[in-house]
Amino acid sequence: MEKILVGLKRVVDYNVRVQVKSDGSGVETDGVKMSINPFDEIALEEALRIKERGEASEVIVLSIGTADSQQQLRTGLAMGADRAILVQTDESADPLTAARIFKAIIERENVDLVILGKQAIDDDNSQTGQMLAAVWGRPQATFASAVSFDGNTARVTREVDIGLETIEIDLPAVITVDLRLNEPRYVKLPDIMKAKKKPLDQIPFADLGVEAAPRTKEIKFEPPESRQRGIMVEDVAGLVTALKDKGLV
Amino acid sequence: MSKVLVIAEHNGAALNPSTAKCVACAKQVEGAEIDVVVFAASASAVAAEAAQISGVGRVLTVEREENDPAIAALLAPQIAALASSYSHVFGPSTAFGKDVMPRVAALLGVNQISDIMSVEGPQRFKRPIYAGNAIVTVEAPADSVVVATVRTASYPAADGGNSATIENTNIDAELPTHTRFIEVQTGQSDRPDLQAAAKVVSGGRALGSEEKFALIYKLADKLGAAIGSSRAAVDAGYVPPETQVGQTGQIIAPDLYIAIGISGAIQHITGIKDAGTIVAINKDEEAPIFEVSDIGLVGDLFSIVPELTDALD
Ligand SMILES: Cc1cc2nc3c(=O)[nH]c(=O)nc-3n(C[C@H](O)[C@H](O)[C@H](O)COP(=O)(O)OP(=O)(O)OC[C@H]3O[C@@H](n4cnc5c(N)ncnc54)[C@H](O)[C@@H]3O)c2cc1C
Ligand SMILES: Nc1ncnc2c1ncn2[C@@H]1O[C@H](COP(=O)(O)O)[C@@H](O)[C@H]1O
Repeated sequence: MEKILVGLKRVVDYNVRVQVKSDGSGVETDGVKMSINPFDEIALEEALRIKERGEASEVIVLSIGTADSQQQLRTGLAMGADRAILVQTDESADPLTAARIFKAIIERENVDLVILGKQAIDDDNSQTGQMLAAVWGRPQATFASAVSFDGNTARVTREVDIGLETIEIDLPAVITVDLRLNEPRYVKLPDIMKAKKKPLDQIPFADLGVEAAPRTKEIKFEPPESRQRGIMVEDVAGLVTALKDKGLV
Repeated sequence: MSKVLVIAEHNGAALNPSTAKCVACAKQVEGAEIDVVVFAASASAVAAEAAQISGVGRVLTVEREENDPAIAALLAPQIAALASSYSHVFGPSTAFGKDVMPRVAALLGVNQISDIMSVEGPQRFKRPIYAGNAIVTVEAPADSVVVATVRTASYPAADGGNSATIENTNIDAELPTHTRFIEVQTGQSDRPDLQAAAKVVSGGRALGSEEKFALIYKLADKLGAAIGSSRAAVDAGYVPPETQVGQTGQIIAPDLYIAIGISGAIQHITGIKDAGTIVAINKDEEAPIFEVSDIGLVGDLFSIVPELTDALD
């Protein structure tokens, strides 16, 4: 195959314990560490390995968001992507609009394979890959934990609730990746320097000719109900008694 | 007037409990008429089960060879074709539902509402974001169909005892051939299913090896419990991936959850917030898992777990 397109979403780093703003208007993101969505790093790693095996010739990374997402795209370039595209919007796009944007870029670039994360860890939506496959009219292989190619078909092992499912899909197609697919490489300093010279195209959303999807309104944000810290027991006998008291054993 | 279509999850022979949980959520949509649809090669056994769920008005069956086993790319156009007579289309937030429902939503030109935890109005719902660190109330656009997944851990299954009518339906949707099922490998066990189990015993990185994980199995067998795990335990190969509990694994709500040698990262905690009683066994008294535990025991699991297993005779 020729081109692989990978989505890189800029999200609050997974180590941050996110706080809801006191007025309920959103979550606190000021001064919070931002990173590439962890699943998207896995997606990019897979794309790079496919290219390194000689099964693809170019890896393009795409982010949809504000100009700040350039940071994550530069990291992607430093990992080894060949080119980056930023579709500039004021805020992050909803999944269906994101899917339509991906499709517009696919048509411009003649992409053979799209690899996305199985979910973005901010909104935990887990929709974009499936929606892209639908609007593109192509196969989807979600939650992938192993991927291999034979000419124009891919074999994908998927993590499902009862175990591992294997399906075969014809390219072009969309794959969304799960945690076990690979372990992303670390970025080395010289690669960061080299990445500065790689192309990063910026396209305003309005120039793409994509219609935004009807938006789901976010009415209010609140912290979750928290669980109370319970009792500590001294030993196994204490534990068994406590479980018996609750009628659990 | 709301009409909810619930997509049945099944394995060809039996209905998955996630379906009755989706119905429980659908019942929160005021005054809703609820239909369940079963896509299968031969649907009668599954449909008969679905017809017993209280609150269900009709069970529709769509029988086609291509529906066995279910593949999202094939189901989605059939569901989308049915959707025109409904105000809501619900599926479970299991691997099955997460795979197919967004594809349906996109075909219908709407975003999906993922992981409904409560219904606040016909278009208004609560859902968790940021690994459950925030709950957002969202509103789907007026006058458009609501396509959603139901966070199964938030809903007890709707009762049985009903006898809804069963109707066979034909849908002529052209189905793609670009996606083919090859096989499914399941870690066959006679242990209770993680989603459905009343008790779950879960082990973490501290177990140290696949062999030592036997300690967890022994305790689970004593309790009649399902096996759970942390991501670290799965990544290290001690247990299969379908046992992973958490933000990116299974979200569960057993009566009893015992976390052994698990630190309690936010991504793990989000999977067990709805458990009845959480027990933690960890040698580090500062481990965050204790902040959410009802009963905590500090100590070395390698002595505590065998002792506990013996004490439960
Ligand atoms: C995108 C993303 C998604 C993730 N999704 C999930 C998810 O769905 N589920 C999940 O679980 N994690 C998930 N994680 C990983 C999560 O952040 C943690 O890394 C993971 O949960 C840690 O697993 P653990 O508690 O087993 O290991 P550790 O954090 O290493 O904890 C081991 C614990 O064992 C204790 N211990 C050690 N020896 C003993 C002993 N002899 N006796 C008693 N206690 C002992 C230690 O004190 C420690 O608390 C995700 C991470 C990312 C980035
Ligand atoms: N704004 C975005 N920019 C780049 N990729 C995105 C964006 N939104 C979603 N994606 C991709 O789609 C995946 C699933 O996102 P979601 O459907 O929001 O959970 C992510 O892991 C990304 O690969």
